[in-house]
Amino acid sequence: MQEKHLLGLEHYPAEDIVSIIDTAFSFREVLDRPIKKVPSLQGKTIVNLFFENSTRTRISFELAQKRLSADTVNFSASSSSLKKGESFKDTVQNIEAMKIDAVVMRHPDPGASLHLTKYVDAVVINAGDGTHEHPTQAILDMTSLQERFGKVKGLRIGIIGDIAHSRVARSNIYGLKKLGADVMLCGPTTLIPHHIDSFDVRVTHDLDEVLDWADAVNVLRIQLERMDRGFFPSVREYRNLFGITSERLKKHKKEIVIMHPGPMNRGVEIDSSVADGKEAIILDQVLNGVASRMAILYLLLGGKPENN
Amino acid sequence: MNLKKLPKKLVLQGGTILDPLSGRSTKGNVVIEHNKIKSVGSAGGAKGETMIDCSGLVITHGFCDVHVHFREPGREDKETLQTGSRAALAGGFTRVCIMPNTSPPLDSPESIRFVVEKAEECPVHIHPIGAVTKGQKGKELTEVQAIISEGAVALSDDGLPISDAQVMRLALEYTSMFDKPVINHAEDECLRNNGLMHEGEISTRLGLAGNPSLAEAIMIQRDLELANMIQTKLHVPHVTSASGAANIRRMKKLNSNITAEVTPHHLFFNDQALLEYNTNFKVAPPIRAENDRKELIKAVKDGTFDCIATDHAPHTIEEKEATFELAPFGMIGLESCFGAVNKVLDMPLKELLKLLTVNPRRVMGFEEDLFTIGCAAELTIIDPDQEWIFKEQNIYSKSRNTPFIGEKLKGKVRFTISKGSIADLK
Repeated sequence: MQEKHLLGLEHYPAEDIVSIIDTAFSFREVLDRPIKKVPSLQGKTIVNLFFENSTRTRISFELAQKRLSADTVNFSASSSSLKKGESFKDTVQNIEAMKIDAVVMRHPDPGASLHLTKYVDAVVINAGDGTHEHPTQAILDMTSLQERFGKVKGLRIGIIGDIAHSRVARSNIYGLKKLGADVMLCGPTTLIPHHIDSFDVRVTHDLDEVLDWADAVNVLRIQLERMDRGFFPSVREYRNLFGITSERLKKHKKEIVIMHPGPMNRGVEIDSSVADGKEAIILDQVLNGVASRMAILYLLLGGKPENN
Repeated sequence: MNLKKLPKKLVLQGGTILDPLSGRSTKGNVVIEHNKIKSVGSAGGAKGETMIDCSGLVITHGFCDVHVHFREPGREDKETLQTGSRAALAGGFTRVCIMPNTSPPLDSPESIRFVVEKAEECPVHIHPIGAVTKGQKGKELTEVQAIISEGAVALSDDGLPISDAQVMRLALEYTSMFDKPVINHAEDECLRNNGLMHEGEISTRLGLAGNPSLAEAIMIQRDLELANMIQTKLHVPHVTSASGAANIRRMKKLNSNITAEVTPHHLFFNDQALLEYNTNFKVAPPIRAENDRKELIKAVKDGTFDCIATDHAPHTIEEKEATFELAPFGMIGLESCFGAVNKVLDMPLKELLKLLTVNPRRVMGFEEDLFTIGCAAELTIIDPDQEWIFKEQNIYSKSRNTPFIGEKLKGKVRFTISKGSIADLK
């Protein structure tokens, strides 16, 4: 691996993303065994630093670490000394002083994972830094696309929802473009960044256009607090314009693979009939999340890539 | 820095005397006796007198900065009037105007008197700017007359924009009785929203909330219209955007009382500098795009901006070590100012020096002729061509928050003479 850390995909080498995905598939095979554990990271210590609430990402990382036989410690802001006024720097330097090999961090502030690398020598893996990046989510999304389509290159991927505030969208755009996919963004004008031009993506505000065009769509969770701040007027109107419903999908006479990073607002951005339907690969994403994170931890902590 | 009392008589020998008021440049000596200008341009200077060899150097007016933060009272851990004064001397400044966002704010005649009295012991001239509204809350006017009579030279709520246009109108109208400028941090707070940096491609990539140029341009235009209606003094601080500068250029034709400033950091850097989330680039108003930076330089050269002001804003290392989201806005700037603007503006020295001397003095109503025989010596001696790397050891502020560390600058301050002392920056 060319980079010590995984902070984001914007500057991450494409060939290393490919190596991670290939390795993820060999770990997928481990997850299907009756004994789902390998000794690959025995003796390694990993800290999960969660400054922001998260259930699925934290569990996914923790399971990945346990499957690889690493020793893990969890730290969340609510249980920490940060509440007692200790600075971020002191907190992380204290943790590092206890001899750890890697830190997985979720933090509400953009750039926090880069910031962390200034204070620790351990490998840093970004598990989401504010509205900046969420690289492991994008990698598991691409692993799922690879699994479903056998390739990522040449695919047409729609990303639907609140692009402006989405770390999942940013990391997906960077990763998909690097692997040769074509990307179209769709959402209300207020939630597509004004300065999106330089990202080399298509933009539409018409859901039918993206559904007509795409092989797969990644449906983002719409945060209802955005409504209170005026980015869209009501759930009803959002659902009318951008909600993925069975009726909407039926208008398009082809199969469209449905993805969602979770947690879902059923009945808002996605209907249950779609989320639970045969074209949805949402639960495959969850399983691939564990496999992809195993691959990331394994490779960044010195393992050799698997070539499929 | 070696800071000493001036000897009874001091001869600054063999320098180029550049008078930024007349624009004239002559070779010769400047003699200071009993802390006052005794002669300018004569060859004189007898043996046995204290001399400073100024050959190859330029002797000019002491610099004046109309926009600094010295944090006293309240945040003496960041800066004090004394430490700020040393930073000023290091930058060639003999006179500064301090913003009222202290704790408590300078919004009463008593608080103005407190800093004026404390400033007397400092080696540079320090003038307080009083708050426009009580508690800088943007609602009720302060006792403007009393604040001015205690020594305030202008009125400003500093970093807090006066959002209510009616309050701004009243502030301009009321203050016009006393012929002092009102300074408003020109940003529409609704449009600025929670913006942390310039809204553009870089903010979109970094995932940092953007502050659009329009937030500034709109507020500047509102203030300019009000000042034009009242025909009173308005000083626009730290302009950052091409559109803000264009508004000032246009409205200056209608109202000769409008003045404006620009900072060295907005002239020197663009928003690409923020790609690594370096909190030393987190300033308010934000560092904008390259096109804005170029337009700001043009606006300096065509006279749209009257002066350079540093907005010297000290913060502790601990505060700036936070994430970009949490770190406070501001950078220090006194020590690096001359070398930065002299490099980036690349304009005739006598024109540049106007922006640091005569023009800011005119904005604040200070004496403009510092080479008058008998006037108290307030001089700066510079080597305009020396190229140097700005280092931490060049900082005399109590704080260290500047991205200029490591930057190559052009032009160095060698001596600053102020209030009976001489600072040797060698």
